[in-house]
Amino acid sequence: MTDQAYNFAYLDEQTKRMIRRALLKALAIPGYQVPFASREMPMPYGWGTGGVQVTAACLTPDDRLKVIDQGADDTTNAVSIRRFFQRTAAVETTERTADATVIQTRHRIPEQPLAEGQVLVYQVPIPEPLRFLEPRENETRKMHELEEYGLMHVKLYEDIARHGEIATAYAYPVRVEGRYVMDPSPIPKFDNPKLAGNPAIQLFGAGREARIYALPPYSDVVSLDFEDHPFTASKADHACDLCGAGSSYLDEVITDDRGSRMFVCSDTDFCASRQAQGHRGRLSPQGATP
Amino acid sequence: MTLMQNAITAAPLLSVQGLTKRYGPRIGCADVGFDLYPGEVLGIVGESGSGKSTLLSCLAGHQRPDQGRILFDGADVLGFSEAERRRLLRGDWAYVHQNPRDGLRMGVSAGGNVGERLMAVGARNYAAIRESATDWLGRVEIAADRIDDRPSAFSGGMQQRLQIARNLVTGPRLVFMDEPTGGLDVSVQARLLDLLRGLVRDLGLSVVIVTHDLAVVRLLADRLMVMKSGRVVETGLTDQVLDDPQHAYTQLLVSSVLQV
Repeated sequence: MTDQAYNFAYLDEQTKRMIRRALLKALAIPGYQVPFASREMPMPYGWGTGGVQVTAACLTPDDRLKVIDQGADDTTNAVSIRRFFQRTAAVETTERTADATVIQTRHRIPEQPLAEGQVLVYQVPIPEPLRFLEPRENETRKMHELEEYGLMHVKLYEDIARHGEIATAYAYPVRVEGRYVMDPSPIPKFDNPKLAGNPAIQLFGAGREARIYALPPYSDVVSLDFEDHPFTASKADHACDLCGAGSSYLDEVITDDRGSRMFVCSDTDFCASRQAQGHRGRLSPQGATP
Repeated sequence: MTLMQNAITAAPLLSVQGLTKRYGPRIGCADVGFDLYPGEVLGIVGESGSGKSTLLSCLAGHQRPDQGRILFDGADVLGFSEAERRRLLRGDWAYVHQNPRDGLRMGVSAGGNVGERLMAVGARNYAAIRESATDWLGRVEIAADRIDDRPSAFSGGMQQRLQIARNLVTGPRLVFMDEPTGGLDVSVQARLLDLLRGLVRDLGLSVVIVTHDLAVVRLLADRLMVMKSGRVVETGLTDQVLDDPQHAYTQLLVSSVLQV
């Protein structure tokens, strides 16, 4: 079978139509989880089947696609999804955040601020923020319906009681437009402030759970907290060892078995473009000038 | 007697009329009616299958009765929307389950369990929530250093006391109790009853308590309702009903109690 045997962007038009209807509904009710008829995709659940379906429904032949996994353009998940759409949709791809019109992401929001007209598609493993507090799905739906979100604070209370601070570091629950409590997918809480007032459209797809939710541009998004334990966006207290950036989210990399480690930007495009501009970090090769 | 004065002057807190619940052709409870005044404890006794649990779950909104009216503070509870009903359940009302595991979150610390109702009604200050959790654990005789332990590390009696603290923390006006001492050994039962009696008197709670244990109602209840086959067969002041039972079934019930 040749690649031309596929419809544009793999999914058939009726399926894309169904997903677009769910997307429109999700955008109309920010933070509300819209059920959709999730399809089997040629990849395992947990690899971004929800995000891929949303991206497929959004892509047009004129789009330029960027795919990141934990901020990186060159990891297995990102490479394989990017190649999937190159083959099935023949769209242009890019690694530069500013050039992309559609960005599919797993677990990060790019460091470079997004602009109007861009679409950010998140891969979501578990869309229900109340899941581990209340296992009954009919009950969590009722809680969303009636805005009974006290239980979410019980989780934060438990964090403080056990660790002295809110120890939840990723998938930090947010409240959207003063209404729905939403799981922002497992992005680090460092990225939570970027959810709010973002000019880009943010779409969340959960394939296994068959749910889509969304944040329209410039949505009001508030991270939940206590009055005396306010939300803080945390990151490793270092600068990037390659580009010297002090304000980006960092990955910690073990470099040998004697305790040496380095911190590098998790956003590879951000790090590479800073290095191209001549920024240097602690472990940058000496004498190498751009 | 202050209770009697209350009963005369105040309007009933809970007024039930003609409450009927059928399970198909069978009767759960039929044509039950009573008034509960502020600060009053009403005991409902009867053997297994007499409809007392059905009655309680209808009253507490866990089941919908087929007929009848339930007025709380003058408002028709059965006409409430789901949102209003649930607000009542986590604010003015409280429900103590027979099995504390049904009423507690076993994966959440004792402090979190007590704090949940506070957070559900909008408390967002950690220190304040923690303070009232500590205070309530003290009131139900749980040591303050157990506040971060999970209920699964507690004994049955402690779990039941924790459940009571969790229910009373928001200052409910009406408490439903379903066999609160069931499954506890007698010495723990006695302490729990003592504690409950103190709390009821201090806080002026109105309580509907369902039990098959006549000793429990003797200690706690002001008034008694005896049920058999889904119907109320006798009502009256507790001592009056227990000391001078009129209905044949009540006489049987009272004479069945083992004297040690």
